[in-house]
Amino acid sequence: METNTIETNFKSEEYFINMGPQHPATHGVLRLLLTIDGEIIKKVEPDLGYIHRSIEKMCERDSYQQIVHLTDRMDYLSSNINNEAVCLAVENALELEVPDRVKVIRTIIGELTRISSHCLWWGVMGMDVGALTTYFYGFRDRELINDIFEETCGARLTMNYNVPGGLMFDIHPNFIKRVKDFIVHFKTKLPEYDRLLTGNVIFHKRTKGVGILTKEDAISFGASGPVGRASGYSCDVRKHHPYSALDKVTFNEALKTEGDTFARYQVRIQEMWESLSIIEQLIDNIPEGEYRVATNAVIKLPKGEYYQKVETARGELGVYIISKGTKNPYRLKFRSPGFSNLSLLNHIAVGGKIGDLVATMATLDLVIPDIDR
Amino acid sequence: MKDSTKDFDDLEEDIMTNQELQELIGSWFPNPAYEKESAAAVEIEAEEDTEEKSAPDEIIDPSLLEFSEEGSQFLNITVLPEQLHSLMSLLKSNKETHFDYLFCLTGVDWGAALGVVYHLESTTHRHSIVVKTQTPDRENPTLDSVCDIWMTAEFHEREAYDFFGITFNNHPNLKRLFLTDEWEGFPLRKDYVDEINMVIK
Repeated sequence: METNTIETNFKSEEYFINMGPQHPATHGVLRLLLTIDGEIIKKVEPDLGYIHRSIEKMCERDSYQQIVHLTDRMDYLSSNINNEAVCLAVENALELEVPDRVKVIRTIIGELTRISSHCLWWGVMGMDVGALTTYFYGFRDRELINDIFEETCGARLTMNYNVPGGLMFDIHPNFIKRVKDFIVHFKTKLPEYDRLLTGNVIFHKRTKGVGILTKEDAISFGASGPVGRASGYSCDVRKHHPYSALDKVTFNEALKTEGDTFARYQVRIQEMWESLSIIEQLIDNIPEGEYRVATNAVIKLPKGEYYQKVETARGELGVYIISKGTKNPYRLKFRSPGFSNLSLLNHIAVGGKIGDLVATMATLDLVIPDIDR
Repeated sequence: MKDSTKDFDDLEEDIMTNQELQELIGSWFPNPAYEKESAAAVEIEAEEDTEEKSAPDEIIDPSLLEFSEEGSQFLNITVLPEQLHSLMSLLKSNKETHFDYLFCLTGVDWGAALGVVYHLESTTHRHSIVVKTQTPDRENPTLDSVCDIWMTAEFHEREAYDFFGITFNNHPNLKRLFLTDEWEGFPLRKDYVDEINMVIK
């Protein structure tokens, strides 16, 4: 009888807890306000703005060449693809045809950026679910890509290699050889990733059936990139709206239908293989020619509206420029993939455990400067 | 990995050109100017669409819908704030248009008016469209929320509220997203002045 009384007196209570902004599992300065009942999550509310720099407002006073540099600081793991997005938007507006050489180099470096970003994600994903070794393996291979970037453009992360009209300078003479060496190296390392983590039973238990996102919800929430594709939603911008040299290569869009954390993991692993295949198709066929087309020192876009979408490592990045014919954009909006992907976190995390939230967030692959533009 | 390949050729056939989109959307509403151009075609389409047309509560005045392709790669529709929500639900629910993916929602300060630009795409037909609306009331700008149509709008509308001060009716959780609650003014408006933090040329 006594025990019964105690049990009935024990009430479950909802309480409120902060996760972040300096929590290591939030990957940066993201603060989540969690409402939880014991270990069960009732509500997740992101609190944003810790590193908001208002890049969109800064763009309104800058020239188009300067805007390219600002985009590095959004999704810094896809910096080159962000640069490319603005350059493509400006080139389309000016109706400027860049040489084939530029297109091919842009695509190769874009895919290398994607592999590099996914390597980092893979390392951090393992660490989030308790496997520290993956972190070192992922970073080891990422360093090789960063070295190639450093040799060609002098920077490892914020590259600024693209300019409206082409590239800032030509590729380094060693570039082709080093990329080929990297492909050989990475093809032996990717199966190692699978042996280390993909088949791990503990990892399966942490990720399978966790954080399920249906296809309808993925579309409604504007999910893009691997998050959308893991739910069976074909959303690869490289397939549907090809840009640069992507219409000349063949590759498969990595699609899964489960929509859970493990499916998002598999999609990214598959994407690394596809990126390798794209680079392989292009690396021997870099056309000769100019690496840059001359533009006016002061670029003025014709009056109108321009929208350019590209596929970054995280999903669909949109650049929306409203021009009034002057040297600055009247309004420039970045539709960042992380922003939409974060908005669905509450939807898929409610009902799960706190540990599941960490695993789910890891596969959303959030980069906070991308959200806090 | 059999399921990872998809045949994209099938999708291509469904794409509607801007012209077809304009004709279809125009045909939802009894537009006198349009009927003169092709009276017969409208009659057939109007009969087919009777069920869908009865769905919206408000009737959209067609003379206030404006189509334009100038200076943009998409078809632009300009709509009055009062009719925004009914047009948006039709664009999503109609099987032929089926704009189920809101990929960009942008707040814009046009000077005399504050507006919102919606970029829509259909994931089944792969065609795109842009819907624009604006309100001249800078003191208390109010538009209808489209959160119930596309869930992604919830965060995007909070962003527009944060930076432009546009209030969205029926939004479930309309408050500042990036800035603190005590922040005064709306920074992305053209008349916003912050002498400490802004470099003004």
